[in-house]
This record gives sequence, C-alpha cells and structure tokens, in this order.
Amino acid sequence: MKKVIISLIMMFGIISSTSFAGTLVINTDTSDAAPKEAFEYIIKKFEEENPDVTVKWNVFDHEGYKQSIRNFLNTDPPDVANWYAGNRMLPFVRAGLFEDVSDIWKDSGWVDGNLSENMEHAKKSMTIGGKQWGIPYTYYQWGVYYRKDLFTANGISVPTTWDDFVAACATLKAAGITPITIGSKYLWTTAGVFDYLNLRTNGYEFHMDLTLGKVPYTDPKVQAVFDKWDELVKPGYFLENHAALSWQEALTPMVNGEAAMYVMGNFAVAPLKEAGLRDSNLGFFQFPEITPGIPMAEEAPTDTVHIPSKAKNKTDAKRFLIFMSRADVQEEINKILGQLPINKNSSVKKGDPFLAAGLNMLNNAYAMAQFYDRDAPAQMASEGMKGFQEYMSNPDRRQKILERLEKVRQRVYK
Amino acid sequence: MELNNSKPKRITWWQKNQIKISPWIFLAPGLIFFFIYVIAPIFVSIGISFYQWDGLSPSIYVGLQNYIELLDDEYFYISLWNNLKWLIFFMLAVPIGLGLAIFLNQIVFGIRLIKSLFFFPFVISQVVIGLIFTWFYQPNYGVIAPFLDLIGLEGFSILANENSATYGIIFAGLYPQIAYCLILYLTGLNNINPEQIEAGRMDGAKGFHLFWNIVLPQLRHATFLAIVVTVIGALRSFDMVAIMTQGGPYGYSNVLAYYMFEQALSEYGYRMGYGSAIATVLFTIMMFYILFFIYRMYRNEREDNN
Repeated sequence: MKKVIISLIMMFGIISSTSFAGTLVINTDTSDAAPKEAFEYIIKKFEEENPDVTVKWNVFDHEGYKQSIRNFLNTDPPDVANWYAGNRMLPFVRAGLFEDVSDIWKDSGWVDGNLSENMEHAKKSMTIGGKQWGIPYTYYQWGVYYRKDLFTANGISVPTTWDDFVAACATLKAAGITPITIGSKYLWTTAGVFDYLNLRTNGYEFHMDLTLGKVPYTDPKVQAVFDKWDELVKPGYFLENHAALSWQEALTPMVNGEAAMYVMGNFAVAPLKEAGLRDSNLGFFQFPEITPGIPMAEEAPTDTVHIPSKAKNKTDAKRFLIFMSRADVQEEINKILGQLPINKNSSVKKGDPFLAAGLNMLNNAYAMAQFYDRDAPAQMASEGMKGFQEYMSNPDRRQKILERLEKVRQRVYK
Repeated sequence: MELNNSKPKRITWWQKNQIKISPWIFLAPGLIFFFIYVIAPIFVSIGISFYQWDGLSPSIYVGLQNYIELLDDEYFYISLWNNLKWLIFFMLAVPIGLGLAIFLNQIVFGIRLIKSLFFFPFVISQVVIGLIFTWFYQPNYGVIAPFLDLIGLEGFSILANENSATYGIIFAGLYPQIAYCLILYLTGLNNINPEQIEAGRMDGAKGFHLFWNIVLPQLRHATFLAIVVTVIGALRSFDMVAIMTQGGPYGYSNVLAYYMFEQALSEYGYRMGYGSAIATVLFTIMMFYILFFIYRMYRNEREDNN
C-alpha cells in the first residue's frame, strides 16, 4: 500500500514537474520565410540557454492569425503570442487578455541594463494606461524608395524639400515616367502617404491627436494635408489604376523603369531586389520636409511579443520576453529579418545601405508613429483608408469624404 | 368480462402511434442539427443586432441604434444597390443557359464531351474563377487589355473603376452560373415529350413558335429552378467580391453579404452588432423571396394534384 502511495506521489511529481518547468507554448504569425527563420533561431537559442524549458511553437498563417488570436487568447491561450504595438493591442489590453509586463520594463536587475532606457523610443507605443503590455523586438522604416538611374537620367537630385519633390514629379511626368507608384487595392498603402503628408505638414503631435480622435477630420489642418496631396494627385503623379493593384503588383512598373518612386516600408526592398534591382539603381530617401521647422517624425511600425493573461506558464513566458529584449538576441533576429532592432545596444547588419539609412534616420527621428492603421482604432482606420483611396481616385470629392470621416470619428471615439 | 378479455389485444402506445412517430425519429438527427446550426443562429444574430459588441469586451445594449445608423450609411445603400444590379444582371444566366442547352441538345459525335466541357465552369471553385478573371481584367497586361485598346479604353481598369467594378464581377460570376443553368435545362430537355413536338409540327408550328409554345412550357420546372438558384446566387454573392475587389474601389463594389462580413469579421471590423443588423436586413430581403418561392411551389403542387 505504501509503495502504491509513494509511486502515486512520484507519478504526480513527475507530471507536475513536466508541466511546471516544462512547456512554453508560443503562437506566432511568422509564416513568411524570413520571420519564420528568425523565430526558429530564437527558439533554438532560448532552449539552449534554458534546457529545462521545452518550447512548443505554433505558426499561423499571417492573415489567418488576425482572426485566430481573438479566439485563442480566450479559449486556448499560449504562453507567448506576437502582435503589434500601438492602438492595435488596445482591444486585447482593454478586454484584459494581455498581461501587464511593466515589471520587466522597470526592473533593471533582470536585463542587461535598463529596458526603459535601452528601448526608450519604443516605450510610448507599448504603454497603455501607464503600463507596458509587451516587448518590442523589431521595426522598420518607411520612406521613399526610388530608381537612382531614372533620377540621374532626368537630372534630378534627391529632394529634401516639398517644392523639390513636386518639381521632381513634374520632370518625371514630362519624361513619360509615372512619378510615384502605389497599389491601393488593400487600402493601407494610401495611409502611408497620408501619414507622411500629415507628419510633415502638421507634425507628430497632430498625427497622434488625429488618430486618438481629438481633432475633427474637417479641421483646417487636415484640409492643409489634402491641399498638399492635391499637388500630387491632381496633376496625376500617382500610378493610374492603383485601386486595382496590390502593393506587390505596383512594384512591377518600378522594376520595369516605368515608375520612379514608391512611398513604402523597408519590406519592399527584398521583392524589388528579387525582381532584379540592385543597390546601384535602387535608393532610399527620407520623406521631404513640408512645413519648415516642424521636427521630422517617422513611421516605424513595431512588432511585439506579449503574454496572454490566461497563460499557464507565465514564469517561463517572462523569461522568454526578457530574452527577446536582449541586445544580442535582437541583433541576431533582425539580421535574419533584414529589419532594425529596438534595443539601442544592438548593432545592425553591415553592408545593407537601406538598413543603414533607416537606422540613421530613425535614430535622429523626433518621434515614431506606428502607422495610421495601428495608431487609430480599427474601425476609424478602415473607413479612413477607404476615404483616402476614394480621394486619390476622385480628388474633387474631398469635402464629402472628410465629412463622412468626421461622422465616423464621432461614432468611434464616443 | 374478464373472460372476454382472455385473448388480450394489448396494443401498446408505441404500436398505436408507430406510424406517426417513426418519421419524426428518422428526421430527428437532421432537425436537431438544422435547429442548432440554422434556426437558432438566425435568432441569435437578430438578437446581437441590438447590441454594440466587438466580440471580446462585454456587449452593450443599444436598441435600434445599429439600424438607425444603417439608414444613414452611404456604403449600405451602395451595397444594396449593387445587390439589385446583381439580381438583374445575374438573371442573364437563365436565357443564355437555355440558349446553350438548346444548341447542345443534339446528337452528334462527341457531344457528350462537348457538353461536359460546357459544364466545366460550374465545377471550378468560385475562388479560382474570381482570381483568373481578376488577371483577365488586369490593366495593360490582362487578356482583355488589347480589346479595350481597340475601343479606345487604353489602360482602363475594370475593377478599379467605381462604375464598372460591379459589372466586372457579375460578368465573372455569370461564367459558372450559365453552366449551372445549362445543366438544368439539358436535363429538362431530356424529359420533353417528343410526341407533343411531333403533334405541334403536324399542326404547322415551327421555329420560334414551336419553341415558345411547345418546348418552353414543358421546361417550366427547369426554368423555375434556374431562376431560384440564380436569385439565391445573386443575393449571396460573396466569394467573387471577396476575391476580386474586396468591395473596392472604396466600397463601390460591395454587396450586403460582403459588407456584413467586412463590418463584423474582417481585420478592421469586429462590429458584431452592426454586422448582424446588415445580416438581418439581407435575411429579410431573402425571406420575402423565399416565402414567395414556397408559396408558388405550394400552389404548383396543388395544381398538379388537381
């Protein structure tokens, strides 16, 4: 009898110990090649450093993840899940589905150096209600990607002011080249253009006020943004038929030399290079200044990891988040991703002029916006981007569109 | 008394009612699932339409607010209008299907193969058809681009233009729908009474007269079925819109089914209440139609029985 009890206790002990020091379940949407490789690397390294932890990793399809995360956070929560910073995490934070991880940000003893200091510039976008809800591990710059050879052939130098930029567009158009390519079928590309025009015309604070719903869309400052946009849309400087094309399809004219510029994120570089462009004919420049004297803020969407509040193994999950915040880990991840690390002690992959330019630009940035559809709540963002697309096809409907957006704003931010 | 009952005819309740009950027992599994997955969700969905709910946070009762907002929603009217376009132009599938069926209804060598080729579009997934037509429509390098050039519409993008996008999608949708109507009519033509045609010929009917007065009435059932599936197909058009334009440009090719999805379930939506309100409106429209359909079926069957 005694034996039985002892063996029962032992069995129980084994079971509980395996589930205790045991499995760390991680859900990610890293279905694309590079992000997948990055996470393979991270998980392998984490397991090497923490032999008592076995990682169980579920990769979701990138698009499907946006649906699944809403289910699994409630019903079958993993211990760690990846997501995005800014307003994108607000619904989950508000519904109490993400764990408050402010202690990781505060306790400098846990990490090499102080997180709040090493990731100072990203802290704001991880903070809701004075608390931090996750750890950022990568971001990338937005700006203007352009064909160097087309610029040279038409005698254009990289524009740094709005007037130069518009003049460059005029020259290109006259030469029979589409100045700016864009594919707006999936809407969000239009928000990149809007954000930059807004950041440069009115500045970062106004961008935040607008996306936080504090300013009406009929405000003269918003009108001013569209005045600038008019200068590009009305003379036809954007690619025709952009509403029929995805962002990838809109790369084709640029590869073929029929279009010269693209307001885009750094992820466009990989497909452009695959299609045959080289560092010699593909370049990057910061979106030019519009209102002189306004500090230059940039778009830098940030990817993050979070602990669901219903996670079973929060101890190891926290270890994993701390691991992800480390300078050396972020350095390796971002070398694989071809993106920029958040931790300022990490160095960047050498020999990539786009990353170097991005890092330089972001290090000197006044502030970082997450992107219209991550800073504004989802419903506002979707109506907003629909409006931007309609405006780009019918610039004369501006007033009607802005009035509609104002109506949406009053509903969404109630 | 007791002796009289010595040969007891003890009929159990089961034996008495067996004939009445057994069909229900056989139907029970189907009925239960039909109730759980079809009937109950309708009422739950109507219930949700009175709430404001993002699927995560607690829901808030808002009364008729969602419906009031719907009345003031530009995109709702665009979607409704597009549904109407779908209803009208999707109907073209019926006469075209009939025409093709009559054309194919002959006895020639290899006709079976040709018939199955014509039926093929219906077998292909709607998603594939939508994708391929999107490529056809691609400005500048799509298959139809050279034809557009010929009529002076160089670089015109059918799916990016707010006026043509819906028609572009309906045209793609017609491709499998015509095949569907075709097969319905082909089976109908098989059942036509040759003696009646013979009799009609003897009385001097030919050509269009023969077709209109003798053949078409006999195809009544096929026509009815073709119209029914086409109307339902038009009202629930979703796959094509989702694949080809996602309701774009800026919501101008939306239909109610897709708009509901966009509001309730897409990446930027999660307005369950509002989506449910749209669903309820769509359901009401369909209900009118379905009731009419059931009424006609009922009437027809009574006529047939008399």
